[in-house]
Amino acid sequence: MKLNRREALALGAGALFVTLTPFRGGALANTTDEEIKAFTGGATVMEDDVVSLTAPEIAENGNTVPIGVSIDSPMTADNYVKRVRILADGNPRPAVATMHFSPLSGSAEANTRMRLAKTQNIIAIAELSDGTYHMAKAAVKVTIGGCGG
Amino acid sequence: MAKSKPRVKVPKTATVGEVITIKTLISHKMESGLRKGKDGNLIPRQIINKFTAEFEGQQIFAVDIDPAISANPFLEFTMKVPGPGEFTFTWVDDDGSVYTTKSKLKIG
Repeated sequence: MKLNRREALALGAGALFVTLTPFRGGALANTTDEEIKAFTGGATVMEDDVVSLTAPEIAENGNTVPIGVSIDSPMTADNYVKRVRILADGNPRPAVATMHFSPLSGSAEANTRMRLAKTQNIIAIAELSDGTYHMAKAAVKVTIGGCGG
Repeated sequence: MAKSKPRVKVPKTATVGEVITIKTLISHKMESGLRKGKDGNLIPRQIINKFTAEFEGQQIFAVDIDPAISANPFLEFTMKVPGPGEFTFTWVDDDGSVYTTKSKLKIG
């Protein structure tokens, strides 16, 4: 088979489209709202002072942004924080991590480092042992995005 | 890939009922699966997807990790000391490797 210039160009464009498609599909698979719903099972989420989320106001390097969560809880066997879901609404995939605490934790506090693709909100939702959900948000400005590319 | 090396910082001694801070870090590239290589193809995802910290077989703290956690994942958390014993820290890699490190805690 012999290709002329027009056919060769069409073939090239087609190949490019095929390469890009799975990436786009994957990136939009889960939205932040869907992630919240999957975590809470549709329960009401209270936005109050129970959860405090520590994050820098401006992150120069989106590759490693220090964040911390701290939940106001006595952490006893019958009143403790079960899980904390961390989401970033502007990342290609909003899921960041799910932390599992136990009464042995002593306090519901944890710190880690995460990636942020652009300026966005970080969301932390805590599930308490009494079945209630509490949420905190923090806006972070990102100078250099951290998802490579 | 380079071998992942776990590092843990825990106090060697503590008193019963004290809340101690534990810091852990493991060297790992945490390839997100969203980046493209020099040839224009996506680099396959390879991350640490699970971390657990146990004390005497009881879980203190665990994290399900998604690709948005930075390279060389760092985690800091606390434990209320129930008595002397041994910590077991476990990291699970996407490729199936499991990295474990242990540390002892004395009372005094």
